[in-house]
Amino acid sequence: MHPALSVILFTTASGTGYGLLMLLMILNLNGLLPTDRGLGMAGFAVGLTLVTGGLLASTFHLGHPERAWRAMSQWRTSWLSREGVAAIATYPLVLIFAAGWVIVGSTSGGWSLAGWLAIVLAAITVSATGMIYASLKTIPQWNNPLTVVNYLVLALAGGAVWLTSVGQLIGIDTNVLVLLTLLLLPISWALKYSYWTLVDKVPAQYDIGSATGLGGLGDVTLLEPPHTEPNFVQKEMGFTIARRHAKKLRRTAVIFAFVLPTALMVGVLMTSGGLATFLSVLALLSVSGGLLTERWLFFAEAVHVSMLFYGTQKA
Amino acid sequence: MTALPSQPSTKKLGLVIDLDTCVGCHACAVSCKEWNTGGPAAPLTDLNPYGKDPDGVWFNRIHTYEVSQPELGPTAGQTVHLPRSCLHCESPDCVTVCPTGASYKRAEDGIVLIDEDKCIGCKLCSWACGYGAREYDQDAGVMKKCTLCVDRIYNENLKEEERQPSCVSTCPAGARHFGDLGDENSDVSKLVAERNGFDLMPELGYKPTNKYLPPRPKSGPTSSYRPLTIDKQETVDSRFLKWVDRLFSR
Ligand code: SF4
Ligand code: SF4
Ligand code: SF4
Repeated sequence: MHPALSVILFTTASGTGYGLLMLLMILNLNGLLPTDRGLGMAGFAVGLTLVTGGLLASTFHLGHPERAWRAMSQWRTSWLSREGVAAIATYPLVLIFAAGWVIVGSTSGGWSLAGWLAIVLAAITVSATGMIYASLKTIPQWNNPLTVVNYLVLALAGGAVWLTSVGQLIGIDTNVLVLLTLLLLPISWALKYSYWTLVDKVPAQYDIGSATGLGGLGDVTLLEPPHTEPNFVQKEMGFTIARRHAKKLRRTAVIFAFVLPTALMVGVLMTSGGLATFLSVLALLSVSGGLLTERWLFFAEAVHVSMLFYGTQKA
Repeated sequence: MTALPSQPSTKKLGLVIDLDTCVGCHACAVSCKEWNTGGPAAPLTDLNPYGKDPDGVWFNRIHTYEVSQPELGPTAGQTVHLPRSCLHCESPDCVTVCPTGASYKRAEDGIVLIDEDKCIGCKLCSWACGYGAREYDQDAGVMKKCTLCVDRIYNENLKEEERQPSCVSTCPAGARHFGDLGDENSDVSKLVAERNGFDLMPELGYKPTNKYLPPRPKSGPTSSYRPLTIDKQETVDSRFLKWVDRLFSR
């Protein structure tokens, strides 16, 4: 699949933003983060900026962004529509909870209800993003439950690193955040690893013989494509990356998304002051680059069954 | 609504394409382009049509495959031309994934269409189609696809015999048939039953309405069969011919 920059930016930025917001609210509601005005302001500002920036990026690849509101209408059948509805519904709840935190200085009572609802809706939004891809039977690599789990856990891990940086820059005690990061990073690493293992060994379910229905007559190969230049379907669905490069890029993603941030977070735990802050910002940059690479690969490695008509033997 | 009709329609309009008869002339693709670039989905935009990398929207594309049987010898097999357009599937995800309601399947006859005034050009439906039948018009910013010539088949301004999809009436080999596949007694249904018509990629579960008729078995190579080779030593035996050969080989 063609890795469109707008979609990569959207899924990573929004994912990280929702992850950050979820953790900020969950930790606060469980008494693990103080209802500190500075933390609230910075945390919600950064989280909402990431979410909004991502959502805006996602409209860049639309042919008619001005009609984007129509995408809210088909939530009964479409995961893309559900994602849109959940994303929009999350805003007022996050803003109410943020108002309680930052303006009133309280996150209990009615405020906490808004918070819990916002957490659930944010989780639904990220899962719906995953489901857009996981529900496509035409892309066997995505069509499994690990896709959604990966989107959720990577959002939380990215959000945790970002929130730790925010906490460091505000100057609050970030030990809880660092420990959480050290828990989430290895978990997401393990899940990404299982996704890749699954993708590599999942047996091909479709082949050129059954696609064309000619398999019973012999070995089918494409003799002549319908046209000399690639068409939309080939450009959009036909992007694949050489195994060799995929391997290298997977390694790059693992180093930047998981290994380096984990090491840097250990560094944050062992140092203090400016150095700890510096290390946490490095972790933020590293995890963001790593997640962008991971997301690029998610698309680039996926093989679409329509390519069978263009000569691909198995998918 | 991008929900599929709650009941599968009893009328299932579609095409039956005979892979035995198709000669791969691309006439149906050209006539489809010609008709539809003036129809409801018009224009079928072409980008850079005379440049070095032309790109354009077509609803019908003809692929040519080689089907070989290596166990019967290196020359056993046949060439098969396979025209591919929207199959107007009965339970296609291309409709249900659409977030705007632009993609829909008609309850009355099963035709799958796009309302271009609602389409936001998110392209998700093209990802959900397993048959590569949806093509995005970059210029118009909306998705386009085969309409089963809905503007011909019900068009009372056309003569009765012309109320056929453009590709069907154009095919010089008579390889394309149009009709109601939901009616067991229709000509197309009988043809499918008689010739063992099949679905493309049935494992996907979209239940295509369009059917394909298999190429009839070809007589295999006989034992005395030898591929034609042009062997100089063997064919050029006279001195005169050798001289001619030398003359023209310079
Ligand atoms: S062929 Fe593709 S576009 Fe047509 S109905 Fe089936 S899935 Fe949808
Ligand atoms: S490209 Fe248009 S028709 Fe296709 S899913 Fe998006 S809005 Fe629906
Ligand atoms: S039915 Fe009409 S729109 Fe569809 S392939 Fe044939 S000519 Fe084109």
